[in-house]
Amino acid sequence: MTTVLEAINLEKRFGGIIATDNVCLKVEKGARLALIGPNGAGKTTLVNLLTGVLRPTSGKIFLEGRDISGLEPYKRVRLGMARTFQINQLFGDLTPVETIGLAVCERMGRGTDWWRLLGTEKTLVGRIAELIEQFHLADVMKDRTVALPYGKQRLLEIALAIACRPRVLLLDEPAAGVPEDERHDILAAVAALPKDVTVLLIEHDMDLVFSFADRIAVLVNGALFADGPPSEIANNPRVKSVYLGEGLDG
Amino acid sequence: MSNLLPTSVSQQLADRARWRPLEFVFWLAALASVFLLPDRHLILTEIAILALFALSLDLILGYAGVISLGHAAYFGFGAYVAGLLAKYWIAEPVVGLIVGGLAAIVLGFVTSFLVLRGSDLTRIMVTLGVSLILREIANQAAWLTGGADGLQGITMGPILGLFEFDIAGHVSYAYSLIILFILFLFARRVVQSPFGLSLLSLKGNPLRSSAIGINVNWRLIAIYSVAAGFAGVAGALLAQTQSFASLDLFSFDRSADILLVLIIGGTGYLYGGMIGAIIFKLMQDWLANLTPQYWEFWIGLVLVLIVLIGRERMFALTAPIRNWIDRSGTRLWPRTGVPAGE
Repeated sequence: MTTVLEAINLEKRFGGIIATDNVCLKVEKGARLALIGPNGAGKTTLVNLLTGVLRPTSGKIFLEGRDISGLEPYKRVRLGMARTFQINQLFGDLTPVETIGLAVCERMGRGTDWWRLLGTEKTLVGRIAELIEQFHLADVMKDRTVALPYGKQRLLEIALAIACRPRVLLLDEPAAGVPEDERHDILAAVAALPKDVTVLLIEHDMDLVFSFADRIAVLVNGALFADGPPSEIANNPRVKSVYLGEGLDG
Repeated sequence: MSNLLPTSVSQQLADRARWRPLEFVFWLAALASVFLLPDRHLILTEIAILALFALSLDLILGYAGVISLGHAAYFGFGAYVAGLLAKYWIAEPVVGLIVGGLAAIVLGFVTSFLVLRGSDLTRIMVTLGVSLILREIANQAAWLTGGADGLQGITMGPILGLFEFDIAGHVSYAYSLIILFILFLFARRVVQSPFGLSLLSLKGNPLRSSAIGINVNWRLIAIYSVAAGFAGVAGALLAQTQSFASLDLFSFDRSADILLVLIIGGTGYLYGGMIGAIIFKLMQDWLANLTPQYWEFWIGLVLVLIVLIGRERMFALTAPIRNWIDRSGTRLWPRTGVPAGE
């Protein structure tokens, strides 16, 4: 198996606090890696380091063998790494079609096109429609995003990352805060991600973690605490003690 | 997938760029004013120039969300460049506009790096600083610019060698209006493009913009430079139509005025600057005639009221009229909508 994403001795300090503590992580192509850990374990900080929102204090990050440690976030996206956010980061005034259109335009290298009118290019429109359909957004595609139900916003959050056609996708708690009756679409969307896309999933929902992941990494106090296949993690007494009856056996 | 979905996606995207009936009404009214209000052409010229200047600020404020309190820097720079060009080299106005606009683009590009970083507050301070610096340069370089006396002795040639400026401002108005219309068409096209859409995303959420692969900084630099060019052309128009350029072109008042114009007219739909300019100038003119000493008091009061009542509520008052025009227009054009306000 080829390593797609690799973090070497990654460290991030905020003053005296160590948010990411010497993390080494290798992710293979097509892997479904779940990153779990108690609140404040540094999961989102790690994602922010990997995607370039934060710069590491020390350590290196490689994407498909290329050192991306110093690259700006948008460059990492262009190299094939996309993410979703734990708290929706959407464009409130735009509609889902426009939002997805933005990402598709960027992906197809049309983002700096300042003279062509939107919606005139067939392949582009086709790709937008495909994503709208795939993420069940057709019924709300003309509404302003800020007015969408929370579950639909969550779907749009994922659709927007997929629109970048990533080879590595980082999902930061995709189902967080979604009411029970709207969860199904999100779980289905996560399950339907293309097999060749490498996925790193941060999630608190153990059902989702164990149904989705083929490997689980546990982060505690910023450091990698355990790393292995789900069965091994589920029976790991140290992990159990950290989670203290959070229902790890799923 | 059904075939309906792509069609409806493409329709929705294309709909953003569709001409609304009200837009035709607006520009027909502007055209009519050339023929129907010949004795008001002097103030109409000022309105057209102010509208272009406000349109320029709308491009960065209404679309990319960049606030500026020093936009007069580019206005004044364009004016002085066009004025000096006419005085020493070429008296033909259109060449002056192009040179003034290009010069302002270059200045905008160079200074754009200063406004990239920081919050609204730092941007306000930095833009203000840039306009103050330029004003002082124009003041100190008196051998070239005339310093505090202003740039005098500009004699404009006929436009394209054909149309001579007249004292009643007929040619000035037609000229300013045509330039405003051309640049408006350009701006309208640009904001409806993928690039324009990406500007809206920067305004909404720059963090996410960069997370979908958008190079936020370069987009800001690009639109800031273009907006500076628009302001430069507006300044050049003023210098040409008045045959004069002075230090007050760089003044804080002028930067603040167009912000007020946009507050009156609304941002982010291109017409705000033009509608605001009409209201602002007419109000200023009317109040100045009514109470020559206290007109600033009244204009201040009106602005406070506008902010307190809120433009949306005032917009709502005119909604029935706008909707009626739109409905009437539907018979002529398929599928229309109300132009989006803020």
